[in-house]
Amino acid sequence: MNEIYSINGPVVKVKNPENFKMLEKVYVGKERLVGEVIALNSENATIQVYESTSLLKVNDEVFGTNDMLSVTLGPGIIGSIYDGIQRPLDILEEKEGYFLAKGSNVKSLNQEKLWDVEVVVSESDYLKSGNLYAVIDENELIKHKKIVPNNIEGVVVYVNKNKKLKVNETVISIKDNNGTIINLTLETSWPIKIPRPIKTKLKADSPLITGQRIIDSIFPIAKGGCAAIPGGFGAGKTMLQHQIAKWCNADIIVYVGCGERGNEMTQVLEEFKELIDPKTKQPLLNRTVLIANTSNMPVAAREASIYTGITIAEYYRDMGYDVAIMADSTSRWAEALREISGRLEELPAEEGFPAYLPSKIAQFYERAGSVTTLSDEKGSVTIIGAVSPQGGDFSEPVTQNTKRFVKTFWALDKNLSYARHFPSINWNLSYSDYFEDLETWYASNIAEDFFKLRNDVVAILNKENKLLEVVKLIGSDILADEQKLLLEISRVIRVGFLQQNAFNDIDTYVPFLKQYKMLKIIFYLNDKASILIKNKIPFSKLVKTDIFNDLIRIKYEVRNDDLVLLDSYFNKIDKAIEIVEAMYE
Amino acid sequence: MNKKIIGNSEIKTSLVIYEGIDDVFYDELVEIQLNDGTIRNGRVVEIIDKKVVVQVFEGTLNLSKINNKTRFLKTPFKLKVSKEILGRIFNGSGKLIDGYGDIFYEKELDINGSVINPISRVYPRNYIETGISAIDGLSTLIRGQKLPIFSGSGLPHDKLAAQIVRQAKVSGNNDFAIVFAAMGITSDSANYFKESFRESGVDSKVAMFVNLSNDPIIERLITPRLALTAAEYLAYECEMNVLVVLTDMTSYCEALREMSSSKGEIPGRKGYPGYLYSDLSTLYERAGIIKNGKGSLTQIPILTMPNDDITSPVPDLTGYITEGQIVLDRSLYLNGIYPPINPLSSLSRLMKDGIGEKYTRDDHKDVADQLFASYAKVNEIRALASVIGEDELSDKDKKYLEFGQKFEEIFLNQNNTNRSIENTLDIAWKILKILPKNSLDRISDKIIEKYYG
Repeated sequence: MNEIYSINGPVVKVKNPENFKMLEKVYVGKERLVGEVIALNSENATIQVYESTSLLKVNDEVFGTNDMLSVTLGPGIIGSIYDGIQRPLDILEEKEGYFLAKGSNVKSLNQEKLWDVEVVVSESDYLKSGNLYAVIDENELIKHKKIVPNNIEGVVVYVNKNKKLKVNETVISIKDNNGTIINLTLETSWPIKIPRPIKTKLKADSPLITGQRIIDSIFPIAKGGCAAIPGGFGAGKTMLQHQIAKWCNADIIVYVGCGERGNEMTQVLEEFKELIDPKTKQPLLNRTVLIANTSNMPVAAREASIYTGITIAEYYRDMGYDVAIMADSTSRWAEALREISGRLEELPAEEGFPAYLPSKIAQFYERAGSVTTLSDEKGSVTIIGAVSPQGGDFSEPVTQNTKRFVKTFWALDKNLSYARHFPSINWNLSYSDYFEDLETWYASNIAEDFFKLRNDVVAILNKENKLLEVVKLIGSDILADEQKLLLEISRVIRVGFLQQNAFNDIDTYVPFLKQYKMLKIIFYLNDKASILIKNKIPFSKLVKTDIFNDLIRIKYEVRNDDLVLLDSYFNKIDKAIEIVEAMYE
Repeated sequence: MNKKIIGNSEIKTSLVIYEGIDDVFYDELVEIQLNDGTIRNGRVVEIIDKKVVVQVFEGTLNLSKINNKTRFLKTPFKLKVSKEILGRIFNGSGKLIDGYGDIFYEKELDINGSVINPISRVYPRNYIETGISAIDGLSTLIRGQKLPIFSGSGLPHDKLAAQIVRQAKVSGNNDFAIVFAAMGITSDSANYFKESFRESGVDSKVAMFVNLSNDPIIERLITPRLALTAAEYLAYECEMNVLVVLTDMTSYCEALREMSSSKGEIPGRKGYPGYLYSDLSTLYERAGIIKNGKGSLTQIPILTMPNDDITSPVPDLTGYITEGQIVLDRSLYLNGIYPPINPLSSLSRLMKDGIGEKYTRDDHKDVADQLFASYAKVNEIRALASVIGEDELSDKDKKYLEFGQKFEEIFLNQNNTNRSIENTLDIAWKILKILPKNSLDRISDKIIEKYYG
């Protein structure tokens, strides 16, 4: 008998540790709460419980499962909303009503639904792990590919002739080299804390296009890359995550709400049902998996939710898809680690976080990547993690350790969000190390001069930053005309380009070509105005033509399907310049 | 069953430890009877084999190792509820203290509540008109939202909360109730709220749970849970629109810190336990609207920031959980502005979906954005003016200063008046007109044409 010895919050100790394995999934007490073994010593096994431990007693029984905490993988995942340990929330609602009950044991996948299955192998074929054996239309968008799991190989001895199958029915049977018969169904399971195997990791070579100008043009993230979004509360992390989830060109989105607000998950669910992806004409929910562990759910399940999400992402990557996972917020996950660590009375490192925090963060981000899968397809997992630093202070351990392992860093700035400049990505603190990797992609897909243009933007904003220090002291009136031009062009870049309105139909998503042309137009004006100033014509005259404000309004006035209109702005600039020149001839 | 245990083996601040106890469950309610007949309650917070740690809500003052008998009650802490709780006053652990006798109750509910399934929630969209321009216009309160007031000692947060309660109007279902939870506030503050509920004639709709500053500290951990359990009952079972005022959350957190340190837990930032975020979320997340129901639970927690520091743990973690915040500003208050709401650091996350043509007025979003952007610019110019002097500013910058001054004196400042949303937006336009038309870059041309004139 494995009986409870002690209870402290979500941590329970059990007698007879020899009956358990590390990371084994267990059921605790009469209500059969889900738990996981996290430590073993000579007297006790320590278990973290993924549900509220209220009402547990000493001597209540704990049942081992001999399995690690795993997710069930198969058709039906897309479009679902799960809790942190992959229980479908819609089924829980049907069973238990509007409030979550404890100890609910429900299947992750719909067991009754019949799927149209196309088996792509025939009897006497020899299969190895990584070989494709069946294709299922999961929905109008996603072809779900079933691949022979790891460490299985042998001859196909049976193929189910039925075209319509439930997830737990045998699709094919394989006789392995020892003569054992293995039945393969549509569902498999995988332990969440172990990365799924791949053949090779590839170098990042194309960007994840998000339609957000400051991301795509200035601080891009590669497909298979990692980005962090740190920002205090109210800086717009969640809003930015939502924008990327809605518009980015990944095939599948896994959105993990980790210790965040309940109403936000409701909003994602409602919006994604209604919003239609312009490229595929399908509801966004048809390419999305939601994992909701709201802040008031048990803390241990919060730790699991991140792993559940990444494992599902890897599973679809292995079918050759580009998957993006949004984790909002990784700080809550780190805090869950801290809380459990505290209950285990481990010696704390910085700010009470356990000493293994950096390695846990590293292991998580390492699961991103553009890869060749076991079945020789190219797939990727891109991780975009929000970080919620305490007091908005980026020097705290989670932000600092995240910074070490991600290559794109979008630092959100409270002062920008106070002025309602969104996305509030601070251009002086943010960076992207992918830009150089992607240089070839930009040159061949956008324009040869894009790389230079982008660097010019960064340089101008940097100069503006320094100049503003001076302006703070002496005001802008006595600046030289060249400097006034710099301030004015920077303003156009900031307000007209970097700032983007998520609530405007035109501005919420901007195609790359428009982004490029907008920059061209801005720099065209910059060049023309410089010549004007060299010819000693007062800059104020040019400002009076309102051409700078005309450029700021491009984002609202040029529709995304009418990009030819952009070319007329070059004429507009020429005209404004002519008018001013005419005054001084 | 329910045998009495005489004495205990250890007392440590608010914790009492028993040894040789069987058959106790985690979170179980405990009753301790002193020899003088008084009764205290507590709850099981840790069990190690036969050793049980109990947290006593009323504190351990006068408790000795022998002068008391303890019973384990085989139940978690439950609150007895019915609609009759409205108009009544309870102490911080849920006992009636107004002297009017017991209530007839329909149900007993576990005060820890249950987690709302995220898919059973309805996304809040229906705005509440508070009659306060800075809130309605710039940080709109939405039914089902949790919107805290960040304040400091000496700032008029009580007055503002009372004014919101008095003026709050919602369209549609008007069956409303107020649940008021006081944690460690002074009796002056408590009386102020009582008075103002009575004056506005809503006192028969209020259930009060009061733990004053001289009441037991650990009891504060229970008080908001009682209040929210009562509120959930009224909102989800009686289908009422419930507004919950929780004050002062800083006292609550300090009580949690005290409890944590007496349990010998490893402290996180500023001595608060590492699980402060999780703990606060189990309170704040108990706001919302549930599918198919007519009721709603809106929360206005009030907290005082130590030394007006918004980055200290309590406001910081609160801000991460709640859907925005209303921040009171000392320098506005000293300039005679009431309510002294700092519009730039205040925010309502649910505002964007609850305003506009369908709910308030078509220009609301643009006007709000423009006020934010222009007022942010005013602050930059003020900083510049303090260096180079106001006279040296450009004409345009001087316009901004005038705008800033009028914005504070006319828009923010309104004392006890109650403004409709139309009135608020009209005032906003009056002030925006101080600025040249071409500097209104957040307002679409269509709206400018319609309202700028």
